[in-house]
Formats: sequence, structure tokens, C-alpha cells
Amino acid sequence: MAITRDEVLHVARLARLALTDAEIERLQGELSAILDAVGKVAELDLSDVPPTSHPLDVVNVLGEDEPRPSLPVGDALANAPSREGGFFRVPAA
Amino acid sequence: MIDTLRLTAEDAAALLEDGEVAAAELHGAYLEAIRARDEELHAYLTTVDAPEGEGVPIAFKDVISTRGIETTAGSKILAGYRPVFDATVAKRCKQAGLPLLGKTNMDEFAMGSSTENSAYGPTRNPWDPERVPGGSSGGSAAAVAGGLAPWALGSDTGGSVKQPASLCGIVGLRPTYGTVSRYGIVAFASSLDQVGPLTKTVRDCARLYRIIAGRDAYDSTTVELREPVEIPAAEDLRGLRIGVPRELNEVEGIEAGVTDAVRRAIDLCGGLGAEVATCELPRSVEYGLACYYLVAPSEASSNLARYDGVRYGLRAEGNGAIREMYERTRDEGFGDEPKRRIMLGTYALSAGYYEAFYGQAQKVRTVIAREHAALFERFDVLVSPTSPTVAFRLGEKTENPLAMYLSDVLTIPSNMAGLPGLSIPCGLSDGLPVGFQLIGPQFSENTLFRAGHALERALEFDFVPPRLAAKDRA
Amino acid sequence: MSWEPVIGLEIHVQLKTRTKMFCRCELGFGDPENTRTCPVCLSHPGTLPVPNAKAIEWTVKLGLALGCEIAPHAVFHRKNYFYPDLPKGYQISQYDQPLCTNGRFLVPGPDGDAYVGIVRAHLEEDAAKNVHVGGAAGRISGADRTLVDFNRGGTPLVEIVTRPDLRSAEDARIFLQLLRQTVVELGISDAEMEKGSLRFDVNVSVRPEGSSELRTRTELKNMNSFAFAARGIAREIGRQIEIYEKGGEVDQETLHFDPTREDAPPLRSKEEAQDYRYFPEPDLVPLAPARDLVERARAELPELPGQRIRRLERDYALPFYDAEVLSGLPALAALFERTVAAGGDAKATSNLVMNQIVAAGVDPAVVDGLELAKLVEARGRIPRAALDEAIAASGTPGFRADDYTADTAITDAEELRPVVERILEGNPSQVEAYRGGKTGLLGFFVGQVMRELGGKANPKVVNELLREQLGL
Ligand SMILES: [Mg+2]
Ligand SMILES: [Zn+2]
Repeated sequence: MAITRDEVLHVARLARLALTDAEIERLQGELSAILDAVGKVAELDLSDVPPTSHPLDVVNVLGEDEPRPSLPVGDALANAPSREGGFFRVPAA
Repeated sequence: MIDTLRLTAEDAAALLEDGEVAAAELHGAYLEAIRARDEELHAYLTTVDAPEGEGVPIAFKDVISTRGIETTAGSKILAGYRPVFDATVAKRCKQAGLPLLGKTNMDEFAMGSSTENSAYGPTRNPWDPERVPGGSSGGSAAAVAGGLAPWALGSDTGGSVKQPASLCGIVGLRPTYGTVSRYGIVAFASSLDQVGPLTKTVRDCARLYRIIAGRDAYDSTTVELREPVEIPAAEDLRGLRIGVPRELNEVEGIEAGVTDAVRRAIDLCGGLGAEVATCELPRSVEYGLACYYLVAPSEASSNLARYDGVRYGLRAEGNGAIREMYERTRDEGFGDEPKRRIMLGTYALSAGYYEAFYGQAQKVRTVIAREHAALFERFDVLVSPTSPTVAFRLGEKTENPLAMYLSDVLTIPSNMAGLPGLSIPCGLSDGLPVGFQLIGPQFSENTLFRAGHALERALEFDFVPPRLAAKDRA
Repeated sequence: MSWEPVIGLEIHVQLKTRTKMFCRCELGFGDPENTRTCPVCLSHPGTLPVPNAKAIEWTVKLGLALGCEIAPHAVFHRKNYFYPDLPKGYQISQYDQPLCTNGRFLVPGPDGDAYVGIVRAHLEEDAAKNVHVGGAAGRISGADRTLVDFNRGGTPLVEIVTRPDLRSAEDARIFLQLLRQTVVELGISDAEMEKGSLRFDVNVSVRPEGSSELRTRTELKNMNSFAFAARGIAREIGRQIEIYEKGGEVDQETLHFDPTREDAPPLRSKEEAQDYRYFPEPDLVPLAPARDLVERARAELPELPGQRIRRLERDYALPFYDAEVLSGLPALAALFERTVAAGGDAKATSNLVMNQIVAAGVDPAVVDGLELAKLVEARGRIPRAALDEAIAASGTPGFRADDYTADTAITDAEELRPVVERILEGNPSQVEAYRGGKTGLLGFFVGQVMRELGGKANPKVVNELLREQLGL
């Protein structure tokens, strides 16, 4: 199953990856080969089989609405690449 | 003189308990071993000089968040990141008094089977430094096998504990999904990730599993254990029904030396009183790998979206707006394998492809779970090689992602079904360790430990890599 | 040709739980930035969501109030996109298996009941707050940097999507107000637009009257008040009709309103084809609301504002207008009902409560219905000033209507007659002038009687007595 260069670019945009031309070219080949291999799942007729999104058969695991302490603001910002006052700073969104 | 190459965690605990060795002395012996051997092995990314705790020291895969201690998941994008909290497993080890030796190397974001995908350089196999230790928990496996830690924690998504344990000649457990908290474990694929011990013996493995397992209020996908963890002592396999799935033992690509070693171990099982019979797992093996390489990258593409340069980690800024910052940060921060899997997963989840790929893979997952469940009506344990090959050479598979992916063909099917799996060394092939995989139904860890321990006794495998033992004697 | 507007709404309601949806940071309003955060809501590596049990209970409650079916099995999904106010790179939301579906919400009107269909109501987490600084006054376009405060990030948010059942801007306004009142009365949200705890987007299209087609719609975003929305909708309806009447086509686009400037024209943008790559959130297990708990919640549901309007109309024979006004202020409606139960005439009570009680600024919750019923009964025979005084005092503890009705007004003619006779005897010249035609002097005599009695006489009775005595 071949993936086109445009599809590679589209997916890279969705994933927010600025790929170089060399990367795009290499990924086009690699992804095509991988998709060929994983596309094997389509061989099975599973129209009557329910999906499993989780290996455990449990439901309703919830937490009570009881506050726990938040982080000191210094800890919240400790790893921030850029900050301004108590805010995280990023280029214009 | 503490022989860290041979000392098991259980023996170390006894030394501490009897007062023959002080905790600081024990810890110092490992730091000394790290100084002596880690330059070659590169099992560690970070070591801890003054750890807390009076128990047997431990190493963590760098995927486990440790408060105040750099945690990179083997990625440049997390260089310098110091968590402000401890992962639940780290907290439980602290509470058990285990001092932290350091953080071990790994494939970036646990994506890989050789630890060559680390942004910080590869780890080498203590049995042969020209070869890989397996992955992605290669640093933890190499540390234990190379006497740089008495025991360690790794994480296993498609086989990342079991496979490096196999390649390094030690014991590795991938626990039942949901029995060990994932809170604070840098996520790769949420429905598959599970933390597990890497140890020299099955008894050590059970001891460490006992410390980390159990429901955690911070992880809604954890459950209580059905029964307390038992430290195994039985020396036979009487009453145990062992299934040998044909496909898991005969799939193309299993090396002859691996098959031979595993065959001998299976024969030994019969000798120890187990009932052994062949059985089938036709679709699990044929479709497992494809299923895994859809589910795991899809979840990963989403789990890795948080590395955006806003709150922590690397930021690469251009002159432009936010979009450019995102794209440059992620391009510079991620290595080839995470990029490949993010691309694959994003594609598989995108409009128009979801049903054919992710949706279909989830149904295959149901098929795999059902196939295994049916076998567990007849068998207590299924066995196979852990890895189709022994440790391969560095660089041997880096150019071909699909070949690398095949390293996990035998560990993936049971992982997809959320089942526990134990790998123990069962012999050598060309002087390199071969791993024996035991798979049980959910929550059957005690059975796996009992069987693994009895077999381990009978096999008498020496977990000390001969070249290091020889060096030490010299 | 005449045109029919087709309007649907998408409403976001912040729940007022104590803690966030997926972590236990305490929610607040106006705290210093990033002081209500933890590794989970900052999305540090390895952190995991734990759903807030209260938020789920309340969403079920709201779903029941909207007439929805509560799913026996609901699933959280990830909605993937990048934005700095979304720290995980995905929002945990619900997709094809939401908690509440297929509802029907009663909107009573003067000409009968209307129902607004509810497609779904689901639970998700709110985004953090971005502050765009530099450039032109906080506008998105032109800012040179963005500052992020994660305090609000992760607040439980219920998203309600209606069917396109509304036919006018006024319908939309009434529906929104009723919905707002419903969530406030359920006690699950303060639903204040100024604080952002109630927000909504509007989908608008038009079609020829009588047709059932659905034409291209535009989406109006960032509505910050009911009145503003009503104006925006009306303007958009007009614009679309004009386009069609000139033979044009309406483009699918989004109109972003500037919430800080009501006079500013909306920014238009083509809808970018989004690809959110929804998939079931693997960090969470499914929800399966227990049937008995759902049924208990249904039984415990309070009377909803829409139902209350209809009941007030029916049980008290009130006009729609009265019922709507009373229902809009539940404490007022309750006072109305207490007063009528104590014997007050329904329509008279309604008038008195809606007008005088409200005008006097009395807290209806503390007024005694029995005492108010006495005032309603006495309202025609006591002086206006006395009634006003009584109403103003009706909220004070120990208020007794008798102090204002009985003492204030002597209505007994036999008691008043001697006083009237005495006044007439004492003013013979005025009596003569009156009889001579100066009837304007009647007020003079009333005043004299009142002065004599310190104002405590029923003026109507005094008037009658004077006329009788003066022989006219
Ligand atoms: Mg929404
Ligand atoms: Zn939080």
C-alpha cells in the first residue's frame, strides 16, 4: 500500500513535524512498506467481532470530588522553556 | 568483597538483614561497578550519588518519573526535564526502602528492540559488547546482567522487558495489564504499557513485583491483585498443564539454536512432572504484529503530542508564530523512530483510514484475546522462545525498521491480550543467552513464578556473562 | 418568497464541582495564574486522568433534565489537535458514545408547548486560558506572544448540542434562558456568561417557508450575552435571506465575534477541514451508569422551570406572562404559592408579588405567605401608602399584616359618623359653599376627618359618609 508524498506532508502537518525533504522521501518509502505489512489486518472478516480498546474488563473507575493540594507555582513553572510572570509564554497563537 | 555480578537481590537483602553489609557499602559497591564497567556498557543515563533508603538498591528505566532527577525517556526532547513528582512505582520502591542507583538507557520513548534508538547512544550487551542488549529496556537489562544493579525496573509495551531479559540472560516479567500503576511512566502506548521487574532470579522477580503491584488511585486502569504475591519455592511442575503453541514455536525467523534450547527446556518441563501438549494460536501470531503496529503507534501519536515546547522539555523557536515553534521543536526533539511511529499512528487514525486500520486492529485484538482465553481452558501456561534470535549485532537491523519489529513477534500476541509473561534464560546458542517465555492467563503471576522458579532450578543457567566473570578473576 | 430561519445551538456549561474533571486541583475563579495546577493538568509525562465522580453524576442529572436517554455504556475519546491551551495535545471528550443522547426539552410559549430536540449532552474538559499580548489590544490577530494560565484547564464542561429546531432569534433567547435557569436550579453550574461558565455557538441557516431542506449554515462563535446573540442571529438571518434573494449562495463559514466589542463586525473564516483523529481514551475505562442510580436520579429531579410555567398556568389559571415571570424567579414563585395556599386570590397575589414585592426589593424567600395573604385580602380597603409600607416591611422578622390593616384604617361607618358630623358642624361656611356648588371642597372635609383621626380612616368610607351628610 503506497502512500503519496502529499499524504506524507498532510500527516506531518497534522502531527506538527517539520520534516526535511530527505526525511519526507525516506518516510514515504518506509511508511509504504510498514502500511503494506500492517494492512494485513484487513484480510480478516471481523464484521461480527466487537473491538477491544482495553484489555481489562472494568467500568466506572472514578475519583471523589475532594481537592488535593495543587503545585506551588514555582514547581508548575520549574521546567518551562519560557515564562512571563506566572504564565507560560509561547509565540503568538 | 561484594561480587555484584553474582549477588542476587535476595542475597543482598540477607546481607543487609544480617548486618554483614551496610546499605551505603552495598550501594557503593554498585557505584564502583558502574564506574568500572558502564563506560563500555552505557547502561545508565544518570546515577544517583546519595540515595535514600536502607534496602537493596535498584535502577529504573529512564521512562519512570523521579522527583528532582532528570527523566528523559531516552529522548532529546526531554533533555534536562526534572519531574516535580514521583511515579507511583518509584514511590512504592522508596516506601520499601530501595535506594535508587540511577536511571537506565532505553530506546527513545520505549520505541525499539535494541536500545540503539536512544538519543544518548546505544547500550551494549554484557555478554558481548558488539551486540545489543535488546530493548527498549536494554539499559535495565544490561545493568542487571552486567552486575551494575541487583535488580531493575523496565517497561514493556510489545516485549520491552521480556526481550531484553532474554537477550541479556536474566529474568523479566511483563505483568498482567492493570496490576502495576502507569502513573508517572512516560507513556508510549497506554493500552499496552506495563512496568515490570528485570532480575537475576525468579524469586527476585516475585519480590520486586510484590513491591510495585496493586491498585493505584492515580491510575484508573489499575485493579487490585486477586491474591497476594507468593515467593516461589516449589521445585517441580507436578499438576501443571503446559501448552506449546505451534505457531509461537515454529514461526519463520526463529534461529535453530534458539529452538534447540527451548526444546530442551520443554523436555525438562515434562521431566519435572508437567503435562505438555502442543496447541494452536493461528491468528494471534499471524496477525499480532500487524495489530500491534497499528494500535501502539496510534496511541503513541497522541501520547507524544504533549511534547510541544510549552511547559517542559526542548523548545526550538523560529521567528514565526506558534505553529513554527511546534514543528521545529518536534522535528529537532524527536529521533527517527518516534517520528516514524507518530506518522504511522497519525495516518492510521486520520479521517478515512480509522476503520480500516485502528478500528480493524481493535477487532483483531478481540480475536487474539479470545484465542488465548480458549487455550487457557486447557492449559495453565503457554511456552515459547521469548525472542526469535539471540542478541544481534549493533547496527544489524537499524536500517530496516520491519526487521527490527520482528524481534517482538513472539512477545506481542500475549501483550495484545493483556496477559502476563515471564522470560527466563534457558540456555545458550553460540555462547549467547536464549530466553524462554511463559505466558499465563490474567493475574496468573504466582503460577508463572512457581513454574519459572522450578525450571530455573532445574536448568542451572549461570547468569554471569563469562567474559565479565573472567575479567573479574583476572 | 418568505423565509424560515433554522437555528441550532451548541452550549458549553462549566460544572461547579469542587475539583477538576480529571485531577483533584481545586477550582477557583480569579486566582493568580498557574496556582491551581498539578502534574496531571499540566500534562507532565506519565500523568493519567481520573474522572470526577461528581461531574459524571451531575451530567446524568442534566441529561435527565433535558429528557435524554442515559447511555448504559459511555466512552471517553481523545480529540487530537494542537493549541497551547490544550496541554496534552488532545482534549478528553466524548464522541460516538456520549453519556446523554436524544433528548427533548420543553419550552412553553404563549401559544402552546414547543420542544427543542437535544442531539446529545456529553462531558469533556475545558481548555486553559490564553492571553494574547502585544499587538493590537488583546486581539488574536496581531498579538506578538501568548501567555498561558492553566488554572481553568480541566474544568468539567458539559457540551449540549440541540437539533436545528429553533425558528427565530427570540426562540433561541427563550430556550437559552430556560436552559440556563435549569442548570442553575439543578445546582450544577452558576452558568454566568460574564465568567465564561456558560458559552454557546449558534448555527444559522434559512430556507423557503414550508420546505424541509437544510441549506448551508454559518456558525456564530463567542456569544457573550443572550441579547448580543439574539441581535447577531437576527442580523445573520437577514444577511442570508438577502444573499438568496439576490440569487447568491451562502458560504459555509464561521463568524467570530469579538466579545469585548459588541459593535465590531464579526471576523469571518472558512471552516478549516479539521481531522481530530478521535479514538477511545485508553487511559480510562468505560462508564456504565447503574440503572438503579439513574432511575433514582430521575425520581429525585426537582420540578424544572419549563414544567413550572405550565403548572402555574394550569393550577392557578394564570396568564402565560405571569407564569413565566414567576417561574423565572423560583423564590417568587414559591412565595406566590405559599400566599395562595394561605387564601390569597391567585391573580391578585400574582400581581402583588410580581410588581410590588419585586419593586420594594423584598427577599421573597423570607416573606410569610399567611401574612401576605392578609395584605392581598386588605389591599382594596387600606390606603395605598399603608399597603406600600406594609409590603416594604413584609420581609422583616415578626411582620404582622394586622398592624397595617386593622390599625390603619377605620372602616366602620358607625365609628366614623360622629367624627364626620363634628367636622361639618365646625365648618359651617365651607358647608354652605359646598352646597352652593363648590364640590371641590370635598377634599378639604376628607383632610379634616383624617387629621382628626391621625390618618387612620378608610378614605372610601369617609367619602361616602361626607356625601351622605352633605346631601349630594
Ligand atoms: Mg466541545
Ligand atoms: Zn491538576
